[in-house]
Amino acid sequence: MALHFELVTPARLVRSEDVWMVQVPGTEGEFGVLEGHAPAMAALKDAPLRVWKTEGAAPEEIMVQGGFAEVSAGGLTVLAEHVEG
Amino acid sequence: MANLKELKGRINSVKSTQKITKAKQMVAAAKLRKAQAAAEAARPYAGELAKVMASLAGKVTVSESSPKLLAGTGKDQVHLLVVANSDKGLAGAFNSNIVRAALAKAAELNAAGKTVLFYLVGRKGRAPIRRAWPQAQAGDYDTTTVREAGFAEAEKIADEIVAMYEAGKFDIAHLFYSKFKSALVQEPTVQQIIPVPAPANAVVDASGAAVDYEPDEEEILAALLPRYLKTQLFGALLENMASEQGASMTAMDNATRNAGDLINKLTIQYNRSRQAAITTELIEIIAGAEAL
Repeated sequence: MALHFELVTPARLVRSEDVWMVQVPGTEGEFGVLEGHAPAMAALKDAPLRVWKTEGAAPEEIMVQGGFAEVSAGGLTVLAEHVEG
Repeated sequence: MANLKELKGRINSVKSTQKITKAKQMVAAAKLRKAQAAAEAARPYAGELAKVMASLAGKVTVSESSPKLLAGTGKDQVHLLVVANSDKGLAGAFNSNIVRAALAKAAELNAAGKTVLFYLVGRKGRAPIRRAWPQAQAGDYDTTTVREAGFAEAEKIADEIVAMYEAGKFDIAHLFYSKFKSALVQEPTVQQIIPVPAPANAVVDASGAAVDYEPDEEEILAALLPRYLKTQLFGALLENMASEQGASMTAMDNATRNAGDLINKLTIQYNRSRQAAITTELIEIIAGAEAL
């Protein structure tokens, strides 16, 4: 059960890996994305993105600015203008 | 015929010029590799964003209430030409090709009765464009303070242009830059950036699954439009950087080769003069000996 997660900035591809869950800070509330999530597009707040590599592991926080998330059959893609961490 | 000392001086001066052009050629080759890598790294983001924009644009109908960046101002009187040049020379016809393309477009628009404004990025295009259109300067962006133009610069340029657009200073913006085809070929390119042209090749999602939008399509589109503009500018800056290094490499390679030819020619001339001087001396000695 893995979700393919990609984090892309204009300068480079920051992450491209399989993770368990990602918590995404949408403008209308945070939501978690697991494998098999329904297709969605959401604008993001300037807030940390939480990534769980495996179930029960400590989440890793990545600060995103100017973000946009797209969930499709291929996984979760986050486009961000700036990324920290 | 020039005397020996003069010839020697000229050979030495051409040799030092050759050293400079050779060094610049090698620097350009190294920088070209880096610029190409940067352009490559920017591709996933641009590709993803274009895909998202295309799928959104397919769902939203352009109307009066659409964001101005997409729908336009409803006029096409004032055109802004954004011209991206480099800060350094020694790149052959790289800068003048871009400037020429921009001036040709300006003349064409002017002939059609439109108003033309220029926004200049980079140092090298300023002088010729200011000379040709002294009244049409809308602003410029100085990239000399940074080593390499990056996304931060693209962002500032885009913000400034959008602010001018929202203040109603122009109706349509075109972007001029040089597209990188290969180290030998760079193509001056013009591209409309405002109003944002709907991305072509809209990929229709084959799965047909309903996509949740949060917030709704129109709001997302409005949020993404300035970002799309920034990405396009960033892409143009990267292409320009790669093109500049490519053009510089080719120009410097030619210059180095020319210098080599010149050195050969001068060396032959130098040897001939030296030979002639020796022969004259010998004739004088022999003539002197015979006279005794």
